[in-house]
Amino acid sequence: MIRDFDESEIDPLAVGAWILGTGGGGSPYLAQLNLKKLYKDGKRVKLMDPLALDDDDAVAVVSKMGAPLVGQERLVDPAHLARAMQLMEEFTGRKFRAVMSVEIGGGNALSPFLAGAMLDIPVIDADAMGRAYPEAQMTSFAIGDLPMYPLTLVDCRDNEAIVAKAASWKWMERISRKICTEVGSTSATCKAPRTGKEVKEWGVLHTVTKATSLGRAVLEARAAHSDPIDAVLAHEKGKVLFKGKISDVDRTTTGGFLRGAAQIDGLDADRGSAVELAFQNEWAVAFRDGQPIAMTPDLICLLDTVSGEAIGTETVRYGQRVTVVALPAPGVLTTPKGLEHVGPRAFGYDLDFKSVFAA
Amino acid sequence: MKRIGIDVGGTNTDAVLIDGETVVAAIKFPTTADVMQGVVNAIGHVVKAQPPGASPVDAVMIGTTHFTNAVVERARLERVAAIRIAMPAGASLPPMVDWPDDLREAVNPLSYMVHGGHEYDGQPLVPLARGEIRDAAMKIRDAGIDAIGITALFSPLTAEGELEAAEIIRSVIPNARITLSHTLGRIGLLERENVTLLNAALQGLGHTTVEAFKNALRKAGIDAPFYLTQNDGTVVLADVAAANPVYSFASGPTNSMRGAAFLTGLKEAMVVDVGGTTSDVGCLVGGFPREANNVVEIGGVRTLFRMPDLLPMALGGGTIIDPQTRKIGPRSVGYRITQEALVFGGSTLTTTDVAVAAGLVEIGDRDRVKHLDQDFVADLLKRIAVMVEDGVDRMKTSADGVKLIAVGGGAFLIPETLKGAADVLRVEHAGVANALGAAMAQVSGEVDQVFSGMSRDKAIAEADRVARERAVQAGADPNSLVTLDTEDIPIAYLPGDARRVRVRVVGDIAFMKDQQKQAS
Repeated sequence: MIRDFDESEIDPLAVGAWILGTGGGGSPYLAQLNLKKLYKDGKRVKLMDPLALDDDDAVAVVSKMGAPLVGQERLVDPAHLARAMQLMEEFTGRKFRAVMSVEIGGGNALSPFLAGAMLDIPVIDADAMGRAYPEAQMTSFAIGDLPMYPLTLVDCRDNEAIVAKAASWKWMERISRKICTEVGSTSATCKAPRTGKEVKEWGVLHTVTKATSLGRAVLEARAAHSDPIDAVLAHEKGKVLFKGKISDVDRTTTGGFLRGAAQIDGLDADRGSAVELAFQNEWAVAFRDGQPIAMTPDLICLLDTVSGEAIGTETVRYGQRVTVVALPAPGVLTTPKGLEHVGPRAFGYDLDFKSVFAA
Repeated sequence: MKRIGIDVGGTNTDAVLIDGETVVAAIKFPTTADVMQGVVNAIGHVVKAQPPGASPVDAVMIGTTHFTNAVVERARLERVAAIRIAMPAGASLPPMVDWPDDLREAVNPLSYMVHGGHEYDGQPLVPLARGEIRDAAMKIRDAGIDAIGITALFSPLTAEGELEAAEIIRSVIPNARITLSHTLGRIGLLERENVTLLNAALQGLGHTTVEAFKNALRKAGIDAPFYLTQNDGTVVLADVAAANPVYSFASGPTNSMRGAAFLTGLKEAMVVDVGGTTSDVGCLVGGFPREANNVVEIGGVRTLFRMPDLLPMALGGGTIIDPQTRKIGPRSVGYRITQEALVFGGSTLTTTDVAVAAGLVEIGDRDRVKHLDQDFVADLLKRIAVMVEDGVDRMKTSADGVKLIAVGGGAFLIPETLKGAADVLRVEHAGVANALGAAMAQVSGEVDQVFSGMSRDKAIAEADRVARERAVQAGADPNSLVTLDTEDIPIAYLPGDARRVRVRVVGDIAFMKDQQKQAS
């Protein structure tokens, strides 16, 4: 099944993607502007159900890579994402049937739309995380032990790189990150191409539709002056973990990660209690009065209590009134193999994964 | 030290004269079509309140909505030229790409994207394309434009590209009025460019407005340094402010909140400022307005300004009440209150009429609202209270009862007791809190930039040093400087322990201190 992605779906997709970013993934704003501009210039994107892919179709996986702060200066240019895809086609000698996102959380949810609009190639309704994560090995494709190479990387100055082979997902992360840093910590990449069969088997399916309808629910709630957080909960079968006010934020960078914790003092029913939200680019673990109450891969979202707008780990500030919400993780992330890649231990927490949604 | 504070709003022009911390005189005039004559009248009134032979005024601080109004009304804006130095980056998102169409049309920009700019670590992105800049300058000159905004990639970290471009442009257009983005904005190319271009479009108005104020002061017989109030509750010398009108956008509500702090001596409290058409609810933290966390839109344009975090409510002294449905607002009679409200002989029921009927305030002719039923009045007052309670609840950050300071011309509408507020504070001169906030304003200096290759402590110390230097340049007494906030964010995926540090310091105006020292 393939359908037109309507211009009116751009804003809802961006809002939903930002919530599913669980604090990271970078703001979708610039990608959103680009996509609107492309639509204004007459370009259109088609959204394709992954189940409609033939097993041997070639699917591109595109993303912007780098430091979000650098992205705010260097901006996002659809031409570079499209170029990364073309470079991959030149290298492999195979034409892409469609393009998809590596992460539906944050700005990269829109990256395949920008490339797809430029090249008139449909976007697959799927991604490889169902949320956002910081590194290449934290994808459903890595969990499925699929090949991690080749990778193409494009810089705005006609610098183009191909990583022809890497020994593991972690090596691919290390090598590509090094190149990205060298060209100014922002670049457009096309990751290892996927077959239709791989996408159907290992992709996190229908996440574009999910993000778009989540965003629409929030926008409609806001317009109707009803509670947008209720809308998020109802839409995603999520749970409220805590309501409070940010009392402190502590950040450091180690190993390229933005690490730290936000302290939240309880309000209303949670008065007298405190939650510490630990993060590594994304929110990773929530501790209530010292005890873990939610952890990756469950999605931990920090939302503005009034607007329901997602708050990122880079923008969380003292005094904000927030609601901590947990949303269920895609099944592939909670398997034993999935937890090796994205469970609490993958982020250095000596905790056994216990889902907020476990019976 | 004697200062006059003036707040020119859409409805009223308020003026106060303070000597030290004593309010000598205060006045509120309706803003007239001839704004400057209103200023002359207001100054004349407060100066005359002094005994004969009184010492002259040391400084005048003016807060004005001139610049915000120009953007909101899409009027009095100049045609601008935009030069962005960032190619080959960012080509798909040209200058003003996210402006509302009507505002873009009003500014009718001539835009050029040229090669150059820097990376976060100070390396050039590509060599600066001087020829492209010169070509652009000639086209700008031929189009007869002299208001120009220049924005270069990562210029808050490396300003040399913008400075060199300005030099090239001046060699082609000697009388160019150029706004450089690194002097105004922080990291975030589009938002910084937006502010730069708004500023360029307002520069002409900035100069004519400051000149008009100067004339008004001269006419009123005042010979003293003159300052304009800024978004953050501080002031800068008017001639400096004229070049940067965007810094004076949100001065009205900020001044009210600073005035509330001054009048009560409270540094932590909530403030409700009730005007003619709307009320704003905000929070004082450390004596300054709490700033909004989000991107701030001005006339539909996205910026990264630090603006006070305010919740506007459709409740003012002129708010219209439907007698049938008892619905309050959102429409207001605004400045026509003196003709249209019942107490002034008009035929529209307003919140002021209800307050007069309830005996909360003496305005106009009380007999004209005698016919209002007591239960009806009581019910409406209750509805007003619920509106205010709701606003306070949405803005407060703690469940505890907070202190609420009621200021503004319509402060009488705020009930004595409110759910969620421990105390409702009313003070003398609450009606001119904005002018008082202007009069007592200090001078600030701010830094927001990325530091790399140094420890966190060193980075913060360096930022603090630069902020203090900037405050002194802006006219602060070096001995009075206090660091207001320090915030640092390490940056993910960047080598060299890069962190973005923001420091803001404030201090007293050096001029005043000198006067004091001489006097003592």
